Amino acid sequence: MNKLYIKISADMANDAFIRSTVAAFCVELDPTVEQIEDIKTAVSEAFTNCVIHGYEGKSGNYVYLDLCVDGGKLSIIISDGGKGIENVQQALEPFFTTKPDEERSGMGFTLMSTFMDEMRVDSTPGKGTTVTMVKNIGKEVA
Amino acid sequence: MQLDIVSSGDTVVAKLDGELDEHTAVAVREKLDKRISVGGFRNFVFDFSHLKFMDSTGIGILLGRYKNLKRAGAGIYISSPNPHVDKILSLAGIYRIIQKINL
Repeated sequence: MNKLYIKISADMANDAFIRSTVAAFCVELDPTVEQIEDIKTAVSEAFTNCVIHGYEGKSGNYVYLDLCVDGGKLSIIISDGGKGIENVQQALEPFFTTKPDEERSGMGFTLMSTFMDEMRVDSTPGKGTTVTMVKNIGKEVA
Repeated sequence: MQLDIVSSGDTVVAKLDGELDEHTAVAVREKLDKRISVGGFRNFVFDFSHLKFMDSTGIGILLGRYKNLKRAGAGIYISSPNPHVDKILSLAGIYRIIQKINL
């Protein structure tokens, strides 16, 4: 088992760094190129949600990532202390967005759930949101 | 992220090179809209052959530009996306409204 915890400024400029870091962290599980791209996209979606929706782009906030590789699985917990989601079921629907004027596609959670093997969203309005995702990569960790 | 926009006859090709996410999208949107507003084309091609990464931000950008390009009466195409970008575009149903080609 291997673990990594990251606390990083909620700034979209950090998106590329975060998705690359998560991809690098799971390399020991010997993922395919397709699996790496799936993971990077899911992480990018989750991080963007924290910054744009959770904190509504306000600076001075943090996103927290809790990563673990164990038994051929990568688990990723991404959380923020932002505004939270009033209706999680509605947010999970494809093409649903609270910000249609900003060209949001409403596909973020759909891509996360499609590209990862497990996805769970826990949110408390006014307190923040936690997204837990698991990807079965296959190879057992020595 | 690099965006080169080249005009050839009545066709405009917007070639994206790099990673398209919420952070890099700001400059991409601005440059695309500037070129679209100038007009003078009948076809508009998004050349994705050098686009290495894209998340759902790219879907928003395409849908946003689609409206303006359609209004201008232009043919709209996506060229040569890599397998991962192709998977995202297919999932979002983009190919139902924008044709995929290989330049």
